Amino acid sequence: MKNSRRSFLKIAGLAALGIGSKPVLNAFASSGEHGAGAAAETYRGAKALTAKQWGMVIDMRKLEKAEDLEPIVAACHSIHNVPEMEEKRHEIKWIWHEEFKNVFPDLESKYLDERSERLPVLVLCNHCENPSCVRACPTQATFKREDGIVLMDFHRCIGCRFCMAACPYGSRSFNFRDPRPFIKEVDSGFPTRMRGVVEKCNFCAERLAVGKMPACVEASNGAIAFGNLEDPESDVRKLLKENFSIRRKPSLGTGPAVYYIV
Amino acid sequence: MNDKKWIITGLVVFTVIILFPLWYNFGKAAPAPEPVLSAKAKAAGYCVLPKAEMKAGHMQILDVWRSSVVRTGKRIYKSTTGKEFNMSLSTGENSCVGCHTSKVEFCDKCHNYASVRPYCWDCHNAPKEAM
Repeated sequence: MKNSRRSFLKIAGLAALGIGSKPVLNAFASSGEHGAGAAAETYRGAKALTAKQWGMVIDMRKLEKAEDLEPIVAACHSIHNVPEMEEKRHEIKWIWHEEFKNVFPDLESKYLDERSERLPVLVLCNHCENPSCVRACPTQATFKREDGIVLMDFHRCIGCRFCMAACPYGSRSFNFRDPRPFIKEVDSGFPTRMRGVVEKCNFCAERLAVGKMPACVEASNGAIAFGNLEDPESDVRKLLKENFSIRRKPSLGTGPAVYYIV
Repeated sequence: MNDKKWIITGLVVFTVIILFPLWYNFGKAAPAPEPVLSAKAKAAGYCVLPKAEMKAGHMQILDVWRSSVVRTGKRIYKSTTGKEFNMSLSTGENSCVGCHTSKVEFCDKCHNYASVRPYCWDCHNAPKEAM
């Protein structure tokens, strides 16, 4: 083909038109989208409870025996559809109990007192002020919410289990198997999980949203207090003012929001 | 040049075989299904958005809603008609499933036809079918 000024100008003109049409096409494309609606609004429910940093105080003087803890664990696990796996290695747990010496390894003593020796300690996600799991999560499926809850977006979890490696409290469980066949009675008020996602305690975010206290708090007969740690007038802060309390592995700097009165 | 008839025959056979799915299914297209609205949804007469927008964009809405609920804690949606909805797929009377009471008749009708397999129900509890 012979190049002439005429054909060069034609091609240059067409190219300029092509580049120039991009924003116009974009405008057309976006006008066809259906978002959530311009005049429509989304907001929190009127009864929703809010805080700067939700926290929990567990009074172990009122929870001396494993039997005292069972209804608390059952209340949580039943409403959140936590499965009961047959094999220990597949176990899923949101709230459970451990031995004192394992919960508080910093307080290790060669000669532990008798009470601490046999005391079952209720453990759950600590909803840390500086959570290591959130830093480890590559998809931001785990994140710290405005009210301090370390929450999981199960939709986004890819099951890499970095968070499980990062959590120093073992608060997270992985669904190695499809959990549905292992849920005795599915509660329709909360979704189940699927194979390949991590799960943990959510401080009952779905109950706080409708103005209810967490299920474990309700089931504890006053042994567990729940409230805003940033508010000096809150129940939890009053309890912490009046009693000596400890936290799990404070030396790691994660700032657990679950306090224990021994 | 002497193999002309073989070449032509071969080409014809090849074309017929390669187009097998087309001529075999010709005129047998399944009619597009209509999702069946539950009595409750019919009575309400209006979803969170107009029907056409729901048809085209319900997946975007569900995606936006799930992030809103989980990540920002905003769980109530007020539509342009002023009605409030619980932004939930599967929990409670005021959720999607509260009105669209049958997954088989409503969701699956079109999803099966279009061969779309969303994973919503791997975790979310499907409504109990009245069957």
